[in-house]
Amino acid sequence: MKRVDLDILVVGGGATGLAAAAKAWELGIEKVALLDEKPIVGGVLPQCIHTGFGLHYFGEDLTGPEFSYRLEKKVLNSGVEIYREAYGMELRYVKVDEKVVVASTSKGLREFHSKCVIIATGARERQRHEIGIVGSRPVGVYTAGEVQTLMDLYGVMPGREVVIVGSGDIGLIMARRFAMQGAEVKCVIEILPYPSGLARNIQQCLIDFNIPLYLSHRVVRVRGGRRVKCVEVYEVDRNLNPIPGTKKIIKCDTLVISAGLIPRIDLLREAGAVLDPSTKSVVVNEFLESTIPGVFVAGNALLINDLVDYVAEQGEKAAEGAVKFIEGDGFPAGEIKEVVRGRNIRLVVPQRLTGLGEVTLYSRVGRHEDNVVVKISELNFERTMFRVKPSTMLRVKVESSRVKESASSKVTISVEPKR
Amino acid sequence: MTVRIAVIGGGIVGACISRVLSRYEDLEIHLIEREVDVGWGSTKANTSLIHAGYDDDPDKYPVRASFCAWGNRLWRRWVDELEIRSNWPGDLVLAYTDEDIEMLKTLLRRAERNHVPEVHILWNREEIRRLEPNVNPEVRAALYAPSGGQVWHPVSATIAVVENAVENGVRLHLETEVRGIEVRNGEISAVDTNRGRIEVDWVINAAGLYADEISQMAGIDEFKIVPRRGEYYIFSRDAYPKVRRILFPAPKPWTKGVVVTTTVDGHLMIGPNAEDLPEEEKEMRETTVEGLEYVWNEASKLVEKLPPRRGIIRSFAGMRIEPKPKPDFIVKAYDEVLGFINAAGMRSPGFTSAPAIAEYIAKLLRDRDVKLVRKEKWNPFRRDIRSFREAGWNERERLIENNSLYGRIICQCELVTEAEILEAIRRGATTLDGVKFRTRAMSGDCQGSFCLHRIAEILSRELNIPLWKVRKSGAGSEIGVGNVAILVGDENEES
Repeated sequence: MKRVDLDILVVGGGATGLAAAAKAWELGIEKVALLDEKPIVGGVLPQCIHTGFGLHYFGEDLTGPEFSYRLEKKVLNSGVEIYREAYGMELRYVKVDEKVVVASTSKGLREFHSKCVIIATGARERQRHEIGIVGSRPVGVYTAGEVQTLMDLYGVMPGREVVIVGSGDIGLIMARRFAMQGAEVKCVIEILPYPSGLARNIQQCLIDFNIPLYLSHRVVRVRGGRRVKCVEVYEVDRNLNPIPGTKKIIKCDTLVISAGLIPRIDLLREAGAVLDPSTKSVVVNEFLESTIPGVFVAGNALLINDLVDYVAEQGEKAAEGAVKFIEGDGFPAGEIKEVVRGRNIRLVVPQRLTGLGEVTLYSRVGRHEDNVVVKISELNFERTMFRVKPSTMLRVKVESSRVKESASSKVTISVEPKR
Repeated sequence: MTVRIAVIGGGIVGACISRVLSRYEDLEIHLIEREVDVGWGSTKANTSLIHAGYDDDPDKYPVRASFCAWGNRLWRRWVDELEIRSNWPGDLVLAYTDEDIEMLKTLLRRAERNHVPEVHILWNREEIRRLEPNVNPEVRAALYAPSGGQVWHPVSATIAVVENAVENGVRLHLETEVRGIEVRNGEISAVDTNRGRIEVDWVINAAGLYADEISQMAGIDEFKIVPRRGEYYIFSRDAYPKVRRILFPAPKPWTKGVVVTTTVDGHLMIGPNAEDLPEEEKEMRETTVEGLEYVWNEASKLVEKLPPRRGIIRSFAGMRIEPKPKPDFIVKAYDEVLGFINAAGMRSPGFTSAPAIAEYIAKLLRDRDVKLVRKEKWNPFRRDIRSFREAGWNERERLIENNSLYGRIICQCELVTEAEILEAIRRGATTLDGVKFRTRAMSGDCQGSFCLHRIAEILSRELNIPLWKVRKSGAGSEIGVGNVAILVGDENEES
């Protein structure tokens, strides 16, 4: 097996990985490589032909391919080596300054020995069986990303009459995409009593195209022999269970599932990283380092983000962490503060703090709430917010000094009603 | 003189019959299948188990009872010869009540009469837990049958058997539907199909769910096939806990009950229920909320713990066969119609019994004066597509060295490479499902959402058809309706 020695290996060439690799090079690291499984880097960006990318990161409204191209150009103009169509199959910890990733490429297997590894493998979409849709298994049931790939990378029209499950941004954007391409979008079905996507997408993707949104509804059954014929939709009660007698049959030939993403962390799981069931990913510190020293995680592999801008930001953060790790030959051992999920907090990243770096907390609430204060009591942090909702990530920056100075062994983030 | 034989039905039974008959000189064997690929009927609904043979009552169901343990023995050799992925973890039938315990004793007696090796009852809970750590702690006794086994997937097993049969001269007719059977002077003379007439001397009916209709075409109307639906859940490979053995409840007269097993591929699988549907619902393969809930509840009774529900990656339903009036196999030749043989009513344990039924049919032919002379050059072996995932690091390196497409991972969940997909197509896969059952691509956690388009792209390239025309299964299952501009009337648009 051919051996390649590196300082930083980035696994995954989407927005996270590209941003991480570019940043690592910018910070003066010379031996950086990026592995990507596809012939074209950019992850899902090249198929996201709509705009709405880059307002934070580039200060401009870009399409997915534009965003991707800009990041790719940064990497191409650097000394980062890109391995395309290379798939990381195994991650092993050897010692503090040596991790091994074995990857398959069409030129043979490669064994990368790297001081640090940044996992930027993104997420996969939940598919119909994972959200309990019963019935037949015909062609025409696709995830939103899948139809996006088919339409905008491969030029295939998946169907004529479409029902979309899930009002997250990807679902809304695909509703519009189908409508623009002449398909009849019958409706978007959302199990929760409120939409999950950004307000601007509800307006621009549904209202502008007269596409109905059924809140508190659920697709229970798909019917059809070889191809989808119709779906059975029910209204749901508070526990999200179908209410008998509310069945509607909606004729369609395509059912698009946009029901959330799951981080892809096979390499980390098999390498033994400590997992966090609430993010379905791994536990990290403020450098986005997992519990395996020198192995960092960022982007949708770490937690599901709302915006690609945050994803790229995390990639850079992980690169900064990795550089610091290399410079210091690992992070000094010290007291670790656990980040505790307090009232109405469903998930929070990072899950532990060393007090050695600037902290950006990414968090999601469990339920809608108005007029609240986001609190981290041990750090004397408070932010008043008019509204919090599960679909909008909270992003909180805290200086490292506040963490270091706190005497408490834990840090609790919570959402409290405003007094 | 050449004897011409039509085997109707490319399920596991027809496949095994074809393979066994391919051993002999001077037979012209036509395997006729209405779908675009083999194994898509009730074979597909099978739990993949190779039963030990203790279940079938030799007094009530002598045919089933005689074939099952025999089939189990034959499969052990067949899986090696044909490189069918399999394992033999053994069965545990669990008893919780006095009634269950009586049932275990009955099964033990049947095991002896059916010549099933090494079956015994474990009375000690600790002993049962050693064999199966995830067993329900309330278990009181268990029947242990170490010869119970399973294959990865019954469809891929069927493909393996058919590939070997074809290698040995069997003619496979796909997308060929039998419309009639010609009987002249009480003797079989031909089968009529949508693709023309095939003159034959013998017809062997292995038409599964439709075996009653085929039998009627030959003038034999002595049974009906009722479809019996079974539903299943499959969990992610990362969902724990799994089980080490194949776990059964004490059986009921109509079903072996919901089984819990860890598939050859390492996924926990639970199911099936058993629901009789009207005769005309033979294609009703829908899962139901109620059926799956039943499966979940029944499976929960066998184990200490099932993985969390979010670990479910697939549910499916298949149609099993239930012959009426008597739930036993119908394997016989007829004097009323010379040249007609039924291999019908293949309810459980049909998959297990299939190789034995095939051997028995060879005997039936011999008994009716068909000369069966062994070929000198019959090849019993068939190589599986070499799996990148299964290979060790050194072999992986060699595979890529010899064929760089082994270095290109297409299905990430199952680590299936482009080389394997191309080989599947070379061997006859023309659809996404065809690729799936030959390579396992698209059977992992994402169920193809990452790789379906890449596999479709390869199929489109190799079959030289537009991408949107690539099919999941048969006609009408194209992945799209046209190129992307079809509905807005782009002038440059064409098929």
